[in-house]
Amino acid sequence: MPIEIKMPALSPTMEEGTLAKWLVKEGDTVKSGDIMAEIETDKATMEFEAVDEGTIGKIMIAEGSDNVKVGTVIATLLEEGESADTAAAAPAERSGEGANAAPKEEQPADKAPNAPESTVPHKVETGARQLYDAAKHDAEVSDPAIPEGTEMVKITLREALRDAMAEEMRKDDRVFVMGEEVAEYQGAYKVTQGLLDEFGPARVIDTPITEYGFAGVGTGAAMGGLRPIVEFMTFNFAMQAIDHIINSAAKTNYMSGGQMRCPIVFRGPNGAASRVGAQHSQNYGPWYASVPGLIVIAPYDAADAKGLMKAAIRTEDPVVFLENELLYGRTFEIPALDDYVLPIGKARTMREGKDVTIVSYSIGVGLALEAAEKLAEEGIDAEVIDLRTLRPLDKAAVLKSLKKTNRLVVAEEGWATCSIASEIVAICMEEGFDDLDAPVLRVANEDVPLPYAANLEKLALLSSAKIVDTVKKIV
Amino acid sequence: MAKAPAARKTEAPQSDPAPNRAPNRERPGEPQSYRASKDELLEFYKQMLLIRRFEEKAGQLYGLGLIGGFCHLYIGQEAVAVGLQSALSDKDSVITGYRDHGHMLLCGIPPKDVMAELTGRQAGISKGKGGSMHMFSVEHKFYGGHGIVGAQVSLGTGLGFAHKYRQDGGVCLAYFGDGASNQGQVYESFNMAELWKLPVIYVIENNQYAMGTSVNRASSEDQLYRRGESFRIPGIQVDGMDVLASRGAAEEALAWVRAGKGPIILEMKTYRYRGHSMSDPAKYRSREEVQAVRDKSDPIEHCKKLLEDQGVGEAELKTIEQEIRKIVAEAADFAESAPEPEPAELYTDVLVEKY
Ligand SMILES: Cc1ncc(C[n+]2csc(CCOP(=O)(O)OP(=O)(O)O)c2C)c(N)n1
Repeated sequence: MPIEIKMPALSPTMEEGTLAKWLVKEGDTVKSGDIMAEIETDKATMEFEAVDEGTIGKIMIAEGSDNVKVGTVIATLLEEGESADTAAAAPAERSGEGANAAPKEEQPADKAPNAPESTVPHKVETGARQLYDAAKHDAEVSDPAIPEGTEMVKITLREALRDAMAEEMRKDDRVFVMGEEVAEYQGAYKVTQGLLDEFGPARVIDTPITEYGFAGVGTGAAMGGLRPIVEFMTFNFAMQAIDHIINSAAKTNYMSGGQMRCPIVFRGPNGAASRVGAQHSQNYGPWYASVPGLIVIAPYDAADAKGLMKAAIRTEDPVVFLENELLYGRTFEIPALDDYVLPIGKARTMREGKDVTIVSYSIGVGLALEAAEKLAEEGIDAEVIDLRTLRPLDKAAVLKSLKKTNRLVVAEEGWATCSIASEIVAICMEEGFDDLDAPVLRVANEDVPLPYAANLEKLALLSSAKIVDTVKKIV
Repeated sequence: MAKAPAARKTEAPQSDPAPNRAPNRERPGEPQSYRASKDELLEFYKQMLLIRRFEEKAGQLYGLGLIGGFCHLYIGQEAVAVGLQSALSDKDSVITGYRDHGHMLLCGIPPKDVMAELTGRQAGISKGKGGSMHMFSVEHKFYGGHGIVGAQVSLGTGLGFAHKYRQDGGVCLAYFGDGASNQGQVYESFNMAELWKLPVIYVIENNQYAMGTSVNRASSEDQLYRRGESFRIPGIQVDGMDVLASRGAAEEALAWVRAGKGPIILEMKTYRYRGHSMSDPAKYRSREEVQAVRDKSDPIEHCKKLLEDQGVGEAELKTIEQEIRKIVAEAADFAESAPEPEPAELYTDVLVEKY
């Protein structure tokens, strides 16, 4: 049997990509390690190497094809003695299309004919996958910050963040971006894509791998009158820089009696990614949110990411801006407004309900919305609140919703101990006690470092099922 | 495909009669002792004396319980900051650690504002909310006052970055101790500063001790001016007890940095007479050691001799002494009698904006 060469995944969350280029043609012999093709996604390009030896039988997906699903057979490899004819027949027939045809425009990618039944990508069931899948939920209620009738456009969260930075950099030449791989490489997660081209190396600055050092340099530059955006490749690495974020940036205004400001944005991905294990998966929201003098923002969708990033760059206070790697590639609707800036410190009602309130933030919001849908099927009407800013926390929004539903659950992609959820519980006890018809419950990740194994990761992370179960305990 | 290794060059090198002895990269010149005019010398003397008397007074107030917490005195090291900062222009910025009173006075911050901060009063430079280790004056381009050992090195590098970004011609003078010179972020900063040719003068105030740890017990390379070598940052070792040597080094360093050649390190060999902070029992060195430095190389006595050589008489020196004592006494009176911050100040200045 010929060997089927399948569309590879460049990352655990990749679903499809572009087959940019074939470097071999039918009839070529290849041996393991030879580069056969170039595969692209919106954040990376990869050279696809042969693993086995043989002759390229049939190329089934032409170069330049977009939206090729992971796992699709893109070519066959003949082992010694096999003929191209017999080899090509089977999968090509099943595909029901000319094997070399690129997917037709009108055919939506998820029904692409090129993917035979047998090769539908096997999605590993992981917790991160659940987080990611849930994050396609949009708010049901309209955002009061968006005027009625505003045109909405689709954009990825990654692009929204980039656009926010670019817009602010155009307006204010004190704004600059620094971090590892932000310039020439276009960002480790491609969030700074295109900025170097537009703004040049004086304002888009690649740093060495020295988190402590460049966090200090950025903070000093802010003290010296500039408005730095410091990217951490992920917030896990900002542990080496937390001293400057807290001791130098957060406390200076107070310690100087209000003289010395530090308008800086520390940004980067935060929280669990997919299958990267304990050292690369942690939610630092509660850590930073416990520090007076800092603003901490953790948006869910692209519109909030853009509007809040612009606000973060403009404010005179130091901001920790927590993004989520799993969400970068997600497409959301965003208002087509010239200068879309959101207020810091204001939560948003994502879905209205009357029976129970689910409070969440960042990627947990997707799960909360998904849980709300499941609960609705069972006749439980849940309200979902997205905190958006973790410090200062919009207590009023939480208490108002509690007053309405009298029951509250906090869903957090992070540890429950000393968490934002703990904080919300305390607020409800202290200021909303009379409105409570049941104890406020926390639903969060398990109290363990995040494991690598797919099944364990899934068990450890927050899920909509866990939220549903928790809600049912009090409704 | 692996490329075949390039053929080794086998030709014999052309016989070179005299090996090139020039350094493989440019280095700053050997600094000269500064040729101060009599007036300049008088000014240096006054400044050093102001710091000395100010610190002695701070020590007294600490003993009386008027100053609390940690209080690190600069006594013995005066020639370093006076020599260096006398060479700065008003474009330049200064940043240091917690041993900061002297540097602040030299930035032109009124002594009573500094003293009132030490006593924790509303009139203090940080409204009483910073204390001895955390003082700032944006107006005087003094950027702290930092309590975390080594933090000022990265922050100062950032100030240098801002000077360069804005092309304002300024240089940042970033002071740190021999102990701080072992912090990792120092080297992270050196690397970036040289890579980006930032206008920063790194001043290592080598007063021989980091709390109770002598340089040799903490530093594998105890010639600290060489600490920039692997980053290609030149370093100069300077007699930090001699205000003219100190000023001379500043001239050389500023010329280097202002010419766009990147950062430079000045290792200022100096000595602190007092304990690390007011609560230091100072068991790690002998009384004789301290006394020997006082007797032989006190920076103020040295300057006084130079003045006498220039014909400045006993009477004039006495007048200066009286003037300085008066300034310090007034600052202390002010700091004692000024009111404490209003309780409402507790909640101000946490954030700049309202959300
Ligand atoms: C990161 C950090 N570690 C330890 C301390 C405690 N500490 C304060 S000063 C000091 C000694 C520093 O000595 P040096 O850098 O030589 O400066 P000097 O006090 O002699 O001026 C230490 C260990 C601190 N403030 N910050």
